[in-house]
Amino acid sequence: MHELSIASSVVDAVTESLRAYPGVRVLEVRLRVGALAAVVEDSLQFCWEIATEGTPLAGARLAVTAIPVTVHCAACGASGELESLQSFCCPKCGEPASDVRGGRELEIESVEIEEGSEPARQQVSESAGQRASGTAPEVR
Amino acid sequence: MTTRIVELRQGILKKNDELARELRGRFEAAGVLVLNLVSSPGTGKTEFLQRTLRELRARGARAAALVGDLETDNDARRLAASGAPVRQINTHGICHLEAEMVGKHLDGWELGALDYLFIENVGNLVCPSSYDLGERVRVALLSVTEGEDKPLKYPTLFNSADAAVITKMDIAEAVEFDGAAAHRNIRAVRPGIRIFETSAKTGAGMNDWLEWLEKERETGRRDTFQEQGVIK
Repeated sequence: MHELSIASSVVDAVTESLRAYPGVRVLEVRLRVGALAAVVEDSLQFCWEIATEGTPLAGARLAVTAIPVTVHCAACGASGELESLQSFCCPKCGEPASDVRGGRELEIESVEIEEGSEPARQQVSESAGQRASGTAPEVR
Repeated sequence: MTTRIVELRQGILKKNDELARELRGRFEAAGVLVLNLVSSPGTGKTEFLQRTLRELRARGARAAALVGDLETDNDARRLAASGAPVRQINTHGICHLEAEMVGKHLDGWELGALDYLFIENVGNLVCPSSYDLGERVRVALLSVTEGEDKPLKYPTLFNSADAAVITKMDIAEAVEFDGAAAHRNIRAVRPGIRIFETSAKTGAGMNDWLEWLEKERETGRRDTFQEQGVIK
């Protein structure tokens, strides 16, 4: 399985992005993972510990928000969530629907960090912290 | 101590995606049709590809192959028997090919001198679906011995494919393969997909496949020329 590669890619990307925030501690990394991304959350969580070991991300939590597949129907023009991955049909009219509009996401949404003083305000979105994100508890 | 949220909003496979985009640009500029073949281990990718390479060459087309494998170079040696240029990519345990591996193995190949480049992925129906290799066409293969419901079990991969090939049709009857069910299941997870039924052993169905390849290649070249403003 490739979850270890995915976890390592997350570690690399976050480490690189946080160069602008020296000295911070990462508490949580939040991902958005589509149902078509071929990533299993349990194995990703398992690999997360291995991938973060000995890195600045060691000890950080991983929160995964699962994104359902949404399709656009060419027949009736509706867009909606797919009911089953085994049947790519319009949820409204039932016609086959191949136009996938969501569900392939495999992205890092945000990172929760703990900092000493002097926050780098310009790149920080405080409102984002209010949003529900995955199943992990919010740390404020 | 304060805690803050830093928005990143970036693709986890950003590096692979960027590299794949770059490769796709090179392939399009060179006018070579690149295909990524994905299936389970044992579907017969190598046998199917060997026959495809041989028949394309017989038709005067210039075709080459990159073949991914966990450890051995057996497949590359088999494919080289077709007379086409072939290179092995050993992933050393990694269960899929990545764009970087493809890029590294193109060194010294004149892409403009090729009509087709086939990339045979590592046999795996899960992981390869996440990795763009810069291909224009992704082909999912399924053999008659695997069970007609395989597309339902691996919808992420079949949904990401542009065409599907059913292999080993010469033994379909012996294994009581239900072709209608297989087609139905493939199209349930990927509506409208083109499906080919083939036998690399007898050559059945190869003609349709080869003609489709030729058309795809022409379409690709026309699109590129249109983008470049060469034709309207």
